[in-house]
This record gives sequence, C-alpha cells and structure tokens, in this order.
Amino acid sequence: MQRDGHREGYETREHDVLIIGAGGAGLRAAVAAAEHGLSVGIVTKSLLGKAHTVMAEGGIAASVGNVDPDDSWRQHFIDTMRSGKFLNDWKMVETFTKEAPDRVYELEQWGALFNRTPEGKISQRPFGGHTYRRLCHVGDRTGLELIRTMQEKVLATDAKVYMETTVTRLFKKEGRVVGALAYTRENGKFVHFKAKAVVMATGGWGRIFKVTSNSWEGTGDGVVLGYDAGAELVDMEMMQFHPTGMVWPPGVRGLLVTEGVRGEGGLLRNSEGQRYMENYDPEKMELSTRDVVARANYTEVQEGRGSEHGGVYLDITHLGYDGIMKKLPTMYEQFLKLADIDISSEPMEVFPTVHYTMGGIKIDPESAASSVPGLFAAGEVAGGLHGANRLGGNSLSDLLVFGRRAGEGAAAYIEESVHSAEIDEGEVLHEIGRVLEPLEKKEEGESPYLIQQELQEVMMEHANLMRDGDSLKEGLGKILALKDRLPQISVPGSRLFNPGWHTAQDVRYLVQISEIIIRTALERKERRGAQWRLDFDGPDEELGKINFIVTKDGQGEVGIERREIPPMPEHLASLVEEAKAKA
Amino acid sequence: MSEGNGNNPGGVTSKAHSPVPDEDLGKSGKMAKLKIFRGDAEGGEEIGYEIPLVEGMVVLDAVLAIQAQQAPDLAVRWNCKAAHCGSCSAEINGRPKLLCKTRVEEYDGGEIHVGPMRAFPVIKDLVSDVSWNYEVSKGIKPFQSSEQAPFTMYEEDVERLYEPKKCIECFMCQDVCHVLRTHHKHPEFAGPRFFVRNQWLEMHPMDEADRLADLKEDNGLGFCNITKCCTEVCPVDIHITDNSIIPLKERVADEYYDPAKWLMRKIRGS
Repeated sequence: MQRDGHREGYETREHDVLIIGAGGAGLRAAVAAAEHGLSVGIVTKSLLGKAHTVMAEGGIAASVGNVDPDDSWRQHFIDTMRSGKFLNDWKMVETFTKEAPDRVYELEQWGALFNRTPEGKISQRPFGGHTYRRLCHVGDRTGLELIRTMQEKVLATDAKVYMETTVTRLFKKEGRVVGALAYTRENGKFVHFKAKAVVMATGGWGRIFKVTSNSWEGTGDGVVLGYDAGAELVDMEMMQFHPTGMVWPPGVRGLLVTEGVRGEGGLLRNSEGQRYMENYDPEKMELSTRDVVARANYTEVQEGRGSEHGGVYLDITHLGYDGIMKKLPTMYEQFLKLADIDISSEPMEVFPTVHYTMGGIKIDPESAASSVPGLFAAGEVAGGLHGANRLGGNSLSDLLVFGRRAGEGAAAYIEESVHSAEIDEGEVLHEIGRVLEPLEKKEEGESPYLIQQELQEVMMEHANLMRDGDSLKEGLGKILALKDRLPQISVPGSRLFNPGWHTAQDVRYLVQISEIIIRTALERKERRGAQWRLDFDGPDEELGKINFIVTKDGQGEVGIERREIPPMPEHLASLVEEAKAKA
Repeated sequence: MSEGNGNNPGGVTSKAHSPVPDEDLGKSGKMAKLKIFRGDAEGGEEIGYEIPLVEGMVVLDAVLAIQAQQAPDLAVRWNCKAAHCGSCSAEINGRPKLLCKTRVEEYDGGEIHVGPMRAFPVIKDLVSDVSWNYEVSKGIKPFQSSEQAPFTMYEEDVERLYEPKKCIECFMCQDVCHVLRTHHKHPEFAGPRFFVRNQWLEMHPMDEADRLADLKEDNGLGFCNITKCCTEVCPVDIHITDNSIIPLKERVADEYYDPAKWLMRKIRGS
C-alpha cells in the first residue's frame, strides 16, 4: 500500500490453529491442538505467564471429594445452576462439572502443586455458594500455579508464542474465519496470520469500569472481534462485581481481596460492629454467592454503616499471623505493602469491584465452536456456563475444561474441512490503514486515555451493580456520544512500543462492549443474579426462561434476540427437583 | 431481607467508587518528582516530570499518570498492579524494583530515577527485551513422572517446594546478577530464576527427570559465586541463594566431584 510514498509491509505467518490469548484457556487449547500434531500459533498482548489467570487466588473448583466425600458432579451441577439463576447453558454445566476433576489431576500430572490433606491428597477449601469444600488450592496463589504449569507445558510443545502482539481483526472467507491481522507492540510491525481455525481466549472486559480487579489487558478484544465476525454473544448484561475489592489508598481501589479470606473464616462487619450478612443470607452468611454479598456490602455503605473510606470491614485476625502466612500470604503482603495494614491485627476495608464477565461468545458445549465456522472460544470470553452469577473457583476449571474442548474442537474441524486461508490482499491493507489512522493524523485530536477515562466513569455511574432504566438510558446516550468521537482519536509518537497508540485500539473495543451491555441491561427488566434493576421488584418468571442473544445486524447495529432456554433432559431435571425438595 | 432497595444508582457514597480522580481523593498537597529514562536501543536521556502526589501512590501510579496526562507514548510494561504478575520490573535509582510495589513516599522527597532493566536489551523507555528468559526456560527439562495422578504426597514431602513455586518471573534476579549484568554470560548461564525452577523440579517427590548434567554444563551453575544479590531483590522473598542455588550446587558436587562416583563413571564409561 502506498502511504507517504512508501509501501506498508507486513509479515505473513501460517498455522493450522491460531490461538488468541495466553491465559489458562488459550494455553490449554494450545496443548490440545498441539497433541494432534497441528501447527499452533499463540498470540498474547503481554509476556507469557502474565495473563489475568495469574491473579486468581482462591482455588479451582472440582468435586474430587477429598475432604467432603459426599461431593459429586451432581452437587456441583446444582450449585452452579442455582448460582447462575438457571440462565446457564445446562449442557455446558454438566460437561464442566463432570470434567473438572480430570483437569485438576491433569495439572498435578504436569507438575502443579496443591496444598495437601493429612492423607496426602489435594486439599480443598470452602467458598461462597459451594455446598461442600471444593476448591483445590495452593495458598492464595492458585492462578499462578495454574498458569505457570500450563506455560511450561506449552513451552515443551512445538507451539509458537507471539508475545506482546495485539490482534485487531479476524478475516473471513466464504463464511469461515481464516485468520487475523495483528501488530507487535514492540515495534508496530503488522502480521497477517493465516489459520484454518481460530480459538478466542482473550478473557474479560472489566476495564470498561474504573474500579476493577482487572489488569489493563481486560479490554474485551475477543468478544468484539467475534461480534464483528458475526458470532452470537450471550448474557452480555451479566457483569460480576466481586464483593471484596480494596478501598484505600486511592491507587489500589478495586484490587482484589480473595474470597479465600471468607473461605478461611473471614467475617464481614459494618461500622456498628454487626455481622450484617445475617440480614441478607442468614444461612450461608459470608459464604453466600458473590452477587448477594456484593449487594450487601454496597447497601451497608449506602445506608450509612460504612467504614472510614466507605467500605465494610473484613476481619481475618482470628487466623493469627502464622495461619495467615500459611493460607493467605499474598493478601498479607498486599495490604502491608500497599495500604500499611497488618491484616493479622486489624480488619481490612473492602467494597465491591468489577471482576468478571459472565456473558460472552456463545459456544457449543461439546466443541466450544461459536456460531461462525472456524471460530472457537473458551474461558472468560465465552458465555453460557455461569449464567447470571459465577461461583468463585469455577473460572479456573472453566479455563481448562473448555480450553481443552476448544483445542479439540478446532482440531476436529480442521480434519473434516478442507479450505484455504488465502484472502484478498486488499483486506489486509485496508485493515492496516485503519489501525494506523490515529498515528497519521497531523492535527490534534481526541486523547484515547481521556475517552477511556470518560467511558469508565459513565459505566460506574450508569451500569454499576444497582441499575435502573432511566439511568441506563442516560448512560447509553453518553456511550454513543463517545462512539462518535472515536474517529477523532490521534496519538503522537512512533509505532515503537507506543501505549497511546495501543490504547487507541483498546477504546474501540471498550465503547462497543459498553453499548452492548447497556442495551441488554435495558432489556432484562428484572432482578436476577448480577443484573439488579431497582425499577423492578424481583425476578420475572418469563425472563428466567430466556437468554438475550446479541449479534451485529445488517446495518452494523446491535441486534438483540430473546431466545428460549431449551428444557433440561430428564436426568438433569430430576437432579434439580430433588435439590428443591431437600431445600 | 433488605436486598439493596431504595438506593440511587450512580449516587454511590463509597470513596472506592468515587468518580473523583485519585489526586483529589488522596490529596497530599505535595508533588511527586520523577526522572524517567526516555529513549531506545540507540540511547536516550532522563526527562523530569512532576505530578500531584497522592496518598499511598506507588511509582507505577505516578508513571501511568504521567503517561495519561503528559507523555502519551511513554512505554512501560505492567499488568496486575498488585505484585502478582511480575510485569512492571524496572530500575529505580539503579536497583531493580517492581514499580507497582514501590511507594513514592519511600524516597522521602528525594530524587526518583526510573529506568529499564539493564541486563537485557532496551526496547523503549522503561521496557526491556526479556525474551531471552523464555528461551532459557524452554531448554529446561519439564516435569516428568511415570506415576499417574492423583499423587499421594504429604505436606512434609512438598513443603519446601512452595517457596520456589512462588516465583512471579519478574526477572529482577536476572537483572541484578553480575554474571549476566556485568559479564554477559547469557549464552552459558541460566541465571537465578531458572535455578529456582530447577530446584522445585529436582526436589519434587514424583519427578523422575535428571537435570544435574544440564545444570552443570548448559546452565552454568558453577558461574554463580553466591553473592546473594538475587536473594536481596526477590519481591516474593525466595531465598534463592540459600534454598535454590546452594542445594543444587551440592547435588552437582555429589554427582560429579564425589571420588567414588567419579570412579564408577570411569569404569562405566559414561
């Protein structure tokens, strides 16, 4: 392409399977595809091993029954469906709860080390909404153990890892996804990846909010790339607020305080010293589901019973210094270093923080295939497993169960379909031109940092954990106004490791996702799980039978379809009936 | 049940969700002054920046505020901002530090010079090319066991593995190690990080691979003269020298310098 008198070059790389994202799901998919002898490329925005999986602390949920032998996939199924308010794809939940134990043992086989029971088995801790002690863990750094194990497993395969590389578009040919365009963050060189199948494993989009436990990477690239390629999205209104984020000092607002603290007996109190969970869920108390505990914490502060900086107190002092150093050493260090708080002698201040996105690309429960041929998805970017609220610990096992299935699904797809990944070069050049626009504007334009900041404030104000129709509509207006400003973004500097230019790419994703979330939140006129409409009194029976499915319509606008949840087969329906009878 | 009725969305009273910028929320009235290396592989210079000092501010907060307000193309690598991921390693006043874990107040109003890790090639500003570390990692024999999981292992069998497993791969131990930093032995020396990895692999009760020959020959364990620089900079308090490197050195010595074993090898011709 001629621009400023020189031809814009790009490299071409070919793989059978291109995996976008190198967290737990992407790496597990890579191992599965590589085991089929396929050529695998893995693209990650960061260095290998830094994906958000590393932040998971509390553990990985699997009904191995090491400490509570009565546990079973059936009980895990019931707990997960209940927490998701039955919006979950029940087939995914069945597959997930049956396979999670195998994935945990497989990690152990590959060198992961978990805390042990006195009998020498993997130890399990209690967590919110899980009937039994179910979370296999190692202290409060289970995610680190998972990602390092997977990273080392992948390094031992022939998969090629492209670090610090960002994908901007998926390419399609004759209705199939056949590759992607990416640029390297280090020097801004473009790469056209040709692939017979693509696995999306880019994680969530917490970065649309200001107060979030997510790293900068959580900008939802994958869900927008999939949406632009025509994939169906599901449950996009469902954002999880983790009940316990840090509050003070300002710089740490939203940093995660693991649910493991409550799992290990941490108590929530308000400024009056009351264990207020007795007013919200007297049975499960602090170990209620995240949606309930988050609203409780929020409500206590709103009603004037908050701590100095507007949080509630979370107290783990009963464990003592030695107990904390054994079970929650990372938390101890985090509070001591960043907030000058010694959690072995004083309580923490906590408040809800945006943590996880239940919705995402709708996938087939068997193959993890999206609705677009050649595109697969797994992990947080995929939707359906968690319904209206995710249980703690289910995300790590989700990564492995559906990561593996996505890799297997892609391999099977390639085996049965002979197709070429060649596309018209004009498409590649056109996309390169689009990505370069913010750098090539000569006149001063909009700052991508400022747009991102404004967007985060709009979402905090209008799409927080309590929502109402008027406020959502006002928020939508503001988001659409931001969308109109995107073409004016301009950034100074070169293509050499230029975060301003990188942010200019990210904000496009952030704005599109925010629009989709607000539009679906407007449609779900009820209180269910993470979606809490103050202008409606409770759950709506009819809405409990449908998912909102989003696709890009013919005009390029957000299309929303109400799709009925198919009835459960007899063997699952009877499980639910039995559980209801017991309750 | 008072499931959050009657609250006004958007009217959150918590400072945690306050729309006010950090600098208004944790006002100190003071300024944070940083001198940041701006440049690339070709060279560069330090540029001075000033921004309002916010209570509890870490150096990464300051760098990101400068990036958003004054220098949009300032390159810095970071992810979790909670000292869990090891991405934001750089040098402050010449010492490797995690930018997200180092408070501005620690320097007590004194000069704060921020630059990239220097044991690796500089890409731009605060970002170095650490890809060499992943090449070394690829060369280490992975965990290998013919036993089928689930394993029976007791807490006392695995206790000492928890420490090396804490490593967040910030590569600051690599940055400070003079074998790499001063003597540039990258092709012959794996560096402290990978002795830490070798340590847990070698001590894992179920692992069956033998890495002692690799440690001696390919990983250059002998180059380390146990000055403990790596241990001092480890952000997760791994006693790299005492608990990783010295035990590995002992195992290599037992294997290769024990006279009886030496004789056996001669006889077997291995």
